[in-house]
Amino acid sequence: MCSLALFPPPLYSMNNVVCSLKPHSRQESSSKSAFRDHCETLYTRSAGAWRDAGLSGLLNEIANSSAEVPKWLGVSSSCVLALLRWVSSFHSSLFPHLTLSSEEMTAEFSQVLDWSDCAVRGFAWHPHTQKCAVALSDDSIKIYNPKSATTPTLKHRLQRSVAALQWKPLCASALAVACHNCLLVWHVDPTSLSTRPSSGCAQVLSHPGHSPVTSVAWSPNGPLLVSASPRDTALLVWDVAVESCVPLHRVGGGGVTYLSWSPDGSRVLAATPSSLFRVWETRMWTCERWPSLKGRCQSGCWSPDGSRLLFTVQGETVIYALTFTDNPGVPLMMSGGPKAATVVADLSETTLNTPDGDIMVGGEIQSLAWDPRGERLAVHVKGRPAMIAVFKTQISPAFKLLPCGFVQGEAGTEPRLMQFNPNYQHGAQLTVCWSNGKITHVPFCFMSAGNPQPGLGGSPSFPLTQGRPADYNNQTLYTELIS
Amino acid sequence: MAWSVLLLLPTTALFVLLSRFSLFHPILWMSECLSLLTSASAIFSFILLCGVVLMVGFFNLEYYTVVPSIACSKIALLGQVLHPRQFVHSLVHCIMGVVVAWCCAFTIGGRYRSLGHPCTQDESSGPEMCLNEYHLVLLLAGAFIGYSHSLVGVVYNMNYVSFHTMQQYKYLRFKGALPLVVKASAVQALYCLRSFLLLYFFMGYAPRAWICKTLDLSINSSIHSLDSVSSLLDLSLLYHLWISGTFLLLTWYITVLLFRIFVTEVHITPLTPYNASIRPTAFLALQDLALLSQHSPSRRLEVFSLSQPGGHPHIWTALSKECLSLLSDLTERLVAHHDTVATNGRAKSQSTGSNKRSTTSSEGSGSYNALSLSLKNAAFRKCSDFVPYFITPQGALSPGFSSIQSPHVMRRGPKLWSASTGEGQPRGHTWLILPMDYFLTHCCLSLQLPEASSQALFADSQVHIWALQGLSHLVAASFSEDQYGIVQTTLPTILSTLLLLQEAVDRHFKLPHTSSKPGHCSCSMGDDSYKTLRFALRSTLKTAVYRITATFGGHLQ
Repeated sequence: MCSLALFPPPLYSMNNVVCSLKPHSRQESSSKSAFRDHCETLYTRSAGAWRDAGLSGLLNEIANSSAEVPKWLGVSSSCVLALLRWVSSFHSSLFPHLTLSSEEMTAEFSQVLDWSDCAVRGFAWHPHTQKCAVALSDDSIKIYNPKSATTPTLKHRLQRSVAALQWKPLCASALAVACHNCLLVWHVDPTSLSTRPSSGCAQVLSHPGHSPVTSVAWSPNGPLLVSASPRDTALLVWDVAVESCVPLHRVGGGGVTYLSWSPDGSRVLAATPSSLFRVWETRMWTCERWPSLKGRCQSGCWSPDGSRLLFTVQGETVIYALTFTDNPGVPLMMSGGPKAATVVADLSETTLNTPDGDIMVGGEIQSLAWDPRGERLAVHVKGRPAMIAVFKTQISPAFKLLPCGFVQGEAGTEPRLMQFNPNYQHGAQLTVCWSNGKITHVPFCFMSAGNPQPGLGGSPSFPLTQGRPADYNNQTLYTELIS
Repeated sequence: MAWSVLLLLPTTALFVLLSRFSLFHPILWMSECLSLLTSASAIFSFILLCGVVLMVGFFNLEYYTVVPSIACSKIALLGQVLHPRQFVHSLVHCIMGVVVAWCCAFTIGGRYRSLGHPCTQDESSGPEMCLNEYHLVLLLAGAFIGYSHSLVGVVYNMNYVSFHTMQQYKYLRFKGALPLVVKASAVQALYCLRSFLLLYFFMGYAPRAWICKTLDLSINSSIHSLDSVSSLLDLSLLYHLWISGTFLLLTWYITVLLFRIFVTEVHITPLTPYNASIRPTAFLALQDLALLSQHSPSRRLEVFSLSQPGGHPHIWTALSKECLSLLSDLTERLVAHHDTVATNGRAKSQSTGSNKRSTTSSEGSGSYNALSLSLKNAAFRKCSDFVPYFITPQGALSPGFSSIQSPHVMRRGPKLWSASTGEGQPRGHTWLILPMDYFLTHCCLSLQLPEASSQALFADSQVHIWALQGLSHLVAASFSEDQYGIVQTTLPTILSTLLLLQEAVDRHFKLPHTSSKPGHCSCSMGDDSYKTLRFALRSTLKTAVYRITATFGGHLQ
């Protein structure tokens, strides 16, 4: 286990720009302020308040318009309101994240860095074809397909503040979108020539109390979809075809923020806003608790065989690993699971010497991504400037991490979001969304076999990437053998 | 069943606490409840309640079905309600409702305690027994709720047991469903109460007069009769009626819930011949197949293994044959339905076209392995000799079908209900279909319920879903696990069957009477998942085809 100091210094270089998107300047707030006040009856206003903000809104409205209501009603509603506030303050002192507004909550728990002012709010590669979906800050989703000339734009009345999106595996057309207060599952026919599919193509899945939805994950081999909301303590498991859901309640945590389904479909990582995360086993849906972290689990990713989980914790600069012994068919029962997490990499701030002067790298980790072959691990580091550190990984016979390099964009830009392309033939391809609205692909070409040889393994060989001295290739950051 | 009796204890205690609830005398309230709970009479009524719950459980066991009966028209629904079997069900539930209500009245005590009370009508005649109308109202409410429980059960198919996609432990499932059950029973009791009060308001004098006449009680004229607006809106009376109704429904619903959970539990079915007689066994065997194909490599190995002397893949052959016959059965049914719906000859030409396509596809993919073809022929020849020893369509996988719903009957049922075909025979041994309905359906075509024919067509699709999942997972796993190449021999047949079914399903969804999205049912306790089975089938089918093609990829060309 070692730090970023072993990494080759980054060089500034241009990547191949796929598409460029202008950031939108629209403010995401209620449209109420845009309209002039006009006089409504108390009844109309109360009904509106009830619809918009529920019971507390109604009470607030009644308490505020004390001139129009009988005195006892005004007094009693302000009393009830005070009581409600007192109770909710007690509740939110236990779970501080509940004081956030929905937008802030999505921004806080999203995998995107600075979600609220980012032009690209979500990105998803199709698992089987070269097709990707991009969620923009104006709440529309565009689908890019190199084989067709049309780029369908998906818009829906309920599609607000998109936090995550994912294509359904083993299906050509279904795209799940985590929205403000519901889940949308779009069915976009790939052969259709329509550029603006109607909202009839979308299934709306909503459940009371499940808002905002910050994460979705499809089961890799089945029809199930799990969704998470930081306000809802239950993890919802949807059977999308019949639009029914089963809530899985467990005590503790105060919500679910991030979900990741292991590629072999046997386990699901569920992070909560407090210092606790769970690993669900998907056969009988029992879970393991992992308490006593320093902070909440920020991000996690699974190795391709589902046996190893890497995760990061908010406020720390290290990557932890958990190993699960593979015993499919047998319920987890705490026996197949590991006993403790091990630290595999430290990305604390270090200074690297470059020809242009010293630069600082490292810091807190925003998200992790592991390529589908298990050979490259991309780590999105929050520091100033934010950048992506790439590790070479080896899973069998022993888990190894080796330094590979940094991915940086144009001067003054930061990476916001990244994902590996699951259909890249020649190695791994990392797609990065930048703060200036550009989306670039970073290919890593290598031979996929056992030990990377120094000559072949010296990744990006394309002209667009950073040059990489060969002597760094064999320095092992972490192996299971020495730790 | 034992669990529901055990759960009756806390429910009853809770009921006692709530029924005698008084905000201002908490200590008195608690002590009264405690003394009541330990008294001998309370134990007697508790035993009575246990009997009722056992009875409800028995009726659940007797009446449940895994293939819902779907009435295609309102007349048919009426026929179901009036069926003798259903009549017995309603009557028994009605009586049990009265029994529970009597226990409730007894527990609440006070003015509800007994049917008669001594009163003095006038000075001259001395004391005589008068009718206690509060008691009567409570009993009648129990009877009404019991009857409406039975009625609602028919309308919303409450006897239908559905299987969940997610497997969970029984305790967790129960824990998850309990709040919903409590809420459902409270809401249902409220609705029932509303209807009952309306009924009593208009018709209340009839049972009162009848009771008075038969039991020789007199009506106390000094007290107002209860079928007036002011006396029926008595808050305490309403509360007690509602809480009794909720208690009644809650105990029954818990029994239903526990029954469903225990019936749909996953059973590991051995891959060898066995005898089974209960109804969902075929379902459970197929569910087990779907799960083993997904989760258990060791049992998959058993499927892919060859028989020890002889070296023939009998298990796989029987499995795939059974699944494929199920699927092609569904395809036939869909095509037949489509043919009857389409009035012009277009459907005919399409089906021949699809036949042609299937033969070409099976030729195209079948020719890539000559060895596998010869193996296939050998397997087919030998299979018939070894039928008794391994899973066969008649032996292990479908005992339920052969005994309870043979494929012929299943195919005939929906035709009968679709109301546009002329032929069909009623099933003699089930109560689902009546001869009477057969005529009525033809009389009143105008009363067709929308989408019901489509729902009826896919009523038993849970079997097909599991067959699809099991087959596709096995085929996908065979890519790496099948050492002898036995799956390759049937792969062309599997693919062509799946594609034919896909075509039929796609065409079915294009019919004007089928909506393309699952609707939502607000019904509380009835399981409406049979309404959405066709959507589940469609998506499973798509996934299955994609799974096979994604696994084999370029090898299929």
